Amino acid sequence: MSKYLLNKFLYTIDRDPELVERYRDDPRGTVTWWEAERANVILNVPAAECSTWLTFEDTEREALASHDYVKLFELGAHPFLTLTLFIALFERDYAEPLGFQREYAARLGHFSLPYPDIAT
Amino acid sequence: MATIAAVIASTHHPFYYRASTSTGADRPPFADEWAAKIEAFRETLTRARPDVLVMVGSDHFHQLWLDNMPQFLIGKAPVYDGNFYNEEREFGLPRMRMAGHEELSGYLLRQGLDAGFDLAFSNELRIDHSITCPLITLRPAADLPIVPIYTNIFAPPLPQPKRFVELGRMIRQLVESWPGQERVAIIGTGHLSLELGGPRQFGPHGPDPEFDRKAVGWIASGDLESALTEVSLDSLWLPGNATHGFMDFMLMMGVAGENVKADYTDSLDLFHTMEAYFTWYPEAGSK
Repeated sequence: MSKYLLNKFLYTIDRDPELVERYRDDPRGTVTWWEAERANVILNVPAAECSTWLTFEDTEREALASHDYVKLFELGAHPFLTLTLFIALFERDYAEPLGFQREYAARLGHFSLPYPDIAT
Repeated sequence: MATIAAVIASTHHPFYYRASTSTGADRPPFADEWAAKIEAFRETLTRARPDVLVMVGSDHFHQLWLDNMPQFLIGKAPVYDGNFYNEEREFGLPRMRMAGHEELSGYLLRQGLDAGFDLAFSNELRIDHSITCPLITLRPAADLPIVPIYTNIFAPPLPQPKRFVELGRMIRQLVESWPGQERVAIIGTGHLSLELGGPRQFGPHGPDPEFDRKAVGWIASGDLESALTEVSLDSLWLPGNATHGFMDFMLMMGVAGENVKADYTDSLDLFHTMEAYFTWYPEAGSK
């Protein structure tokens, strides 16, 4: 499990307007690029001193590449990060205010307490 | 010595700014009632005539990240910029800029460390909606120097609820002992029951109205004993997966004092979450 890396992907995409659009338009290509080029960048450290060990597991990579927020919840990605980024990706496609957010809740309706562990 | 002009605890709802400033068909039906309640709440701070605002909130994965996550942090900077791109994007929040009160920040850090709280600090802190929302509701001119205090209610492992209460008690004691002449308001925001990114989000009410009813009662009456008995890190998952923000209310109960009734209490049942507003006036005769 690399919940930390899932969260790092969601966090670093969410805070960059260009990456938000890139991930919306080409999720699989963005995930492939990000894992190769960005996964091991420590955010407050020069690029030359990057990490060497961070990779997604197959199910995690596929969940991100398929915009599968239900699977991300199951995998223990931080729900605030997932929600915030996916609102940015898809709220615009819904006519009703909060339409996407309510569909998001309904699609998670089969989860009961305790929810998947989000501790990293 | 400094005077504690007011102690204020509230929810921080990032939708308030857009709801209250929208017009015509864009204005939601609940906006007028909400704005009226906020304006009455704002008056509870205005009438306390504060000079400085100590503001307790929690970074929502903006500047603070999982590679270096403090539990409790005090900002010590001359200026704080406020709000982030994703808060503009999702909530329409404006960019803001506040002066900092470095002297009081330094005092709280030094005295807090000496009193047994190993506080983190930041000399360059961009603050997010947990602090800008109460500025928008309570002091929209944002014309007073602030001391921001961040707590981790977001990224487990979290400190225990009692630790939030203890920090609140210590902040109260330290502000009272600060050798300044200013009138200090201590303002903190948290959540009642709240679900974000889970199946109970964005319902017609908060996810657990029964928890909200009890929590408002604890806060309004200063019932720390019940809050500390009934609330644990595990139990807070039950009312909603973001309800750990209630620990910032518990911190503010520590500031206000055990069994000290709030001088002002109000609430508003909204979709998604309940709003709640509390003000205490520790200074005798200032009501």
